[in-house]
Amino acid sequence: MTFLNYLINGISLGSVYAIIALGYTMVYGIAKMLNFAHGDVIMVGAYISFIITSKMGLPAIVSVLAAVVVCTLLGIFIERLAYKPLRNATSLAVLITAIGVSYFLQNSALLIWGSDPKSFNSIVDFDSIKLFDGQLVITAEAIVTVCACIIIMIALTIFTGHTKMGKAMRAVSEDKGAAQLMGINVNSTISMTFAIGSALAAIAGVLLCSAYPTLLPTTGSMPGIKAFTAAVFGGIGSIPGAMIGGILLGVIEVFASAYISDKLSNAIVFGVLIIVLLVKPTGLLGRKINEKV
Amino acid sequence: MSKYVPIPSNRMLLERDVGKEPVLETHHLGIDFGGLTAVDDFELTIGKTEIAGLIGPNGAGKTTVFNLLTKVYHPTRGTILLNGKETTGMDTAAINRAGIARTFQNIRLFGAQTVEDNVKIGLHMHMKTNIWSDIFRLPSYWREEKKAQETALELLSIFDMQDLAKHQAGSLPYGAQRRLEIVRALATKPCLLLLDEPAAGMNPSETAELMDIIRKIRDDFHIAVLLIEHDMNLVMGICEGIVVLNYGKIIAKGTPEEIQSNPVVIEAYLGKKEEA
Repeated sequence: MTFLNYLINGISLGSVYAIIALGYTMVYGIAKMLNFAHGDVIMVGAYISFIITSKMGLPAIVSVLAAVVVCTLLGIFIERLAYKPLRNATSLAVLITAIGVSYFLQNSALLIWGSDPKSFNSIVDFDSIKLFDGQLVITAEAIVTVCACIIIMIALTIFTGHTKMGKAMRAVSEDKGAAQLMGINVNSTISMTFAIGSALAAIAGVLLCSAYPTLLPTTGSMPGIKAFTAAVFGGIGSIPGAMIGGILLGVIEVFASAYISDKLSNAIVFGVLIIVLLVKPTGLLGRKINEKV
Repeated sequence: MSKYVPIPSNRMLLERDVGKEPVLETHHLGIDFGGLTAVDDFELTIGKTEIAGLIGPNGAGKTTVFNLLTKVYHPTRGTILLNGKETTGMDTAAINRAGIARTFQNIRLFGAQTVEDNVKIGLHMHMKTNIWSDIFRLPSYWREEKKAQETALELLSIFDMQDLAKHQAGSLPYGAQRRLEIVRALATKPCLLLLDEPAAGMNPSETAELMDIIRKIRDDFHIAVLLIEHDMNLVMGICEGIVVLNYGKIIAKGTPEEIQSNPVVIEAYLGKKEEA
């Protein structure tokens, strides 16, 4: 029964990673860049939600919506200001800029909200489900997180597969130049990608802090890196890959800390990543990239 | 009374379609890369429903001209008029929506997607849908989708490719991928179609078939075609006007007959005759 408990915790944590990983993977797929500031957008989302529920006393749903709106705008703003001028620059320049944006967001948060940890109130206010005489506990947060993850996955699949903007995104991810010549506005497509990624980051931030309620300016960085790992694990650029990678990573992390060592869990998670990449360099669902000769 | 339009030879040609203005005019078009002038003083007029050819030795700047016309490169000098309207300030996507579509020398399909979806991407950019009807599959989504599906199949049938609709584009044989690129370009409803070496890698019978198809496209869609091609049978066989480019400059313009007998062109292609 403890095994099942761990499994549920792992899936719940993994769902948060998956939602964050979707942002990494979509941005990578379309703009061909690693947005290392993505983890810090999560933190901003969590702070916004915290202020609205704890300081202003408004209902949780309002705080989630506000976090989504603020992060969406923040994502678009970051892309316009920091990444768009570097559209034709080397990928290293863009990468360093992304790290810069990440530090900028962390330190801005430090300046605005201070360094003392905030205690985040869960946005979910119904009780945990207890089964088998209380041996199996499914927390309300876990239920909400997994449901959110499933809904997001279905919505994104429909979006990328069946909408005009989604099809444009797929076209841009394959060949930016050819997509432009099909009348697709690449700039607005990239903006849209950042908007969606950042909106998902806001949701992930709220869900993450509901389960792990300590909120700091650096809250987003470790989950951000884990989610990036998950995206690579599943095959960066692939939406189902990010989903599977995220959930697997969460489960491995929880199992590793439960059965092997709490302190070694992160090392084990990254160790698994290294092994997967050695065996399958494109990740679990990554497409093979044909080298140009 | 029949109407006439100018062709690259600067003469007048009987117009098949109604309308006075040429579809494309360029004036003093040129681009420099650093200190290198890749294309200079490029003057071209293409009539509505004309098939025009752009030829020249390797490295003459032919593809650069295509890149200028589609704003992949922004011209250093000169103007491009599309249907009489200035295209300054338009980007590549806007140019496509304004009516220029193209294919590529090296095929650039969306290889991971199906043949049908490749065509539909072109169609979609010219369709009115909104995101909510798409996500919630409202009746308007199905209406549009059905229309797109029908149009896509109709376009594919030009090349007799409707049976391949569900195949992955990247898995098609080379010739079929070239044809699909043309279909995809047509899906964006162009008034001028730019073909970059459409017959590359095709055998003589495939090339002959392609010539018929290019003519058919022109006749059925009432559009102009500008093509870059090294296959002289194709160029001389279907083009009504030809422009010859060498070192980024136009060295000759005219009808196929005039070009074939032009000493400057022969020199550019075969080199100067050695003095014995």
